[in-house]
Amino acid sequence: MLTALGTVPFFLYVAVFLLLPIAVLAVEAFRATDPVTYEETWSTGSITTITEGVYRRAYLGSLQLSLITAVLAAVLGLALAVAILRARRGQLLRRMVLTASGVLANFGGIPLAFAFIATIGNQGVVTALLQDTLGIGLGGFSLYSMTGLALVYLYFLVPLMVLTIIPALEALRPQWREAADNLGATGWQYWRYVGGPVLAPPVLGATMLLFASAFAAYATAKALVGSSVPLVTLQIADALSSNVVVGAENLGKALALGMVVVVGLVMAFYAWVQRRTQRWLA
Amino acid sequence: MTALAEGVAGAGGVAPDTPVRSGRRGGGAWRFAVLGLLGLYFLIPIAASFWFTVRDRRDGGVTAEFYTGIPGADGFAEAFTRSLILAALTVLLALALMIPTVVLVDLRLPRLRTAVELLTLMPLVVPPIALVVGVRSVLSWAPDYFLGTPLADAFFAIQEPDLPWILVFAYVVLALPFVYRALDAGVHGADLRTLTEAARNLGASWPRVLVSVVLPVLRTSVLNAAFLTLALVLGEFTFANILGFETFPTWILRISGSAPQLSVAVSVLSLLVTWLLLLMISALDRRRGTEETA
Repeated sequence: MLTALGTVPFFLYVAVFLLLPIAVLAVEAFRATDPVTYEETWSTGSITTITEGVYRRAYLGSLQLSLITAVLAAVLGLALAVAILRARRGQLLRRMVLTASGVLANFGGIPLAFAFIATIGNQGVVTALLQDTLGIGLGGFSLYSMTGLALVYLYFLVPLMVLTIIPALEALRPQWREAADNLGATGWQYWRYVGGPVLAPPVLGATMLLFASAFAAYATAKALVGSSVPLVTLQIADALSSNVVVGAENLGKALALGMVVVVGLVMAFYAWVQRRTQRWLA
Repeated sequence: MTALAEGVAGAGGVAPDTPVRSGRRGGGAWRFAVLGLLGLYFLIPIAASFWFTVRDRRDGGVTAEFYTGIPGADGFAEAFTRSLILAALTVLLALALMIPTVVLVDLRLPRLRTAVELLTLMPLVVPPIALVVGVRSVLSWAPDYFLGTPLADAFFAIQEPDLPWILVFAYVVLALPFVYRALDAGVHGADLRTLTEAARNLGASWPRVLVSVVLPVLRTSVLNAAFLTLALVLGEFTFANILGFETFPTWILRISGSAPQLSVAVSVLSLLVTWLLLLMISALDRRRGTEETA
């Protein structure tokens, strides 16, 4: 029993710095402060507010952006992973892409935003180049918009997909392919009946991870668009920095709790998918 | 072509080691398209950022003034030093917390494994901004409820702007997934059970086992975890921004309005730093690989 004491610091630490803040969110999102008397009461007011108007738009905006970028990054990342795994003389190429993925998956946040501002921002190098040579600039495209954000998010999501999915691709045994070939299966039939079903759960799982990552992204959006694009993370920051509106603090908590709930639902689905994967990739 | 290849192999009397399948060789074009397009997408912003920072707008030449100007830039030294100190403290605290836990769970308490694994994975999925809102709510208890008690003093002490310990505590949580996975991989790869049992049978005490057996075995995992944590802390923005402390990333955002080239130059450098850190990790991994096969 004495040995169990050795893990107490870990559980205590996690309880204080991870579980307590989330629990506090879940409770205080249901508190309200009276603007006149500053008395605190129980209320579902904040929860009702965040399902309406600007906050509803923010949730929808965040969901839309994360869903689109996650699916796009999953497809592109999978294609890239397959391309480097099946290249015949690809040892060097493979190592290069994997190292680059490791770096770029960690290259998020503020520096990434500025790299894109320098490239296709208003004063960007590529913007100026297109303006000088073709005279059209970027056409109707703006970096400081939802589409612009999506383009930037892909920059760390695609490498993340490559890193996440490579182990699953490597677990596809060549023998399966050979067995299918020997039985006269076409390439399409192999992917339809063997490769696809085995790969589907990890691909779906990785897509969930990308979704959660894009959904939670704050720094890049903050540096690029301020709060001109409806996103939950930006709305939370706005609510917290507002000293004028009484109860904005509680609104921020409700918005944050909503994010935890969304991610929780996604992860419950992910756990279910993961259970089905274990059988094949163990 | 396929028939010719088979003929040549047959003529030499050497069977090809993989069966040559027709119909699989044709699809190479999409591979080059994917590699080419994504290659451009990933290289252009880096190249453009670099050009953005070295071109001289006044007389059209090339200049390094934005890079040489970084160390002397207003507030840089202070913010960067603070981020480095936070990173070092985070690495130490995370390792002190996780090494005993991972080792104990692996050797003596396998029943707790699932719980520890799940808890360490949570920070990967709980959005940092949601977590920081919760942390802020807890911190606001000090003026609201505990004023005048030692607890409130402790709360204020960890929010000292010069060295905000609360960021260290929070960053340890954010680093848990990476630290746990790195250490867990090290423990698994080394068959720690046999090694510690051997040491125990030879009469070593538990602390002695930890220092003389476990730590040396986990050396590369520990360094791996340390580098990943370092990269994480140096780039972390959400907590610092919401709690209102100035660290390296929040400094970049603050100066970007008045010094756009400088902010991009610092961004390019921070990409380089991340790259170097990860190169070190992969170099360590490769060395461990050769050590094991030797």
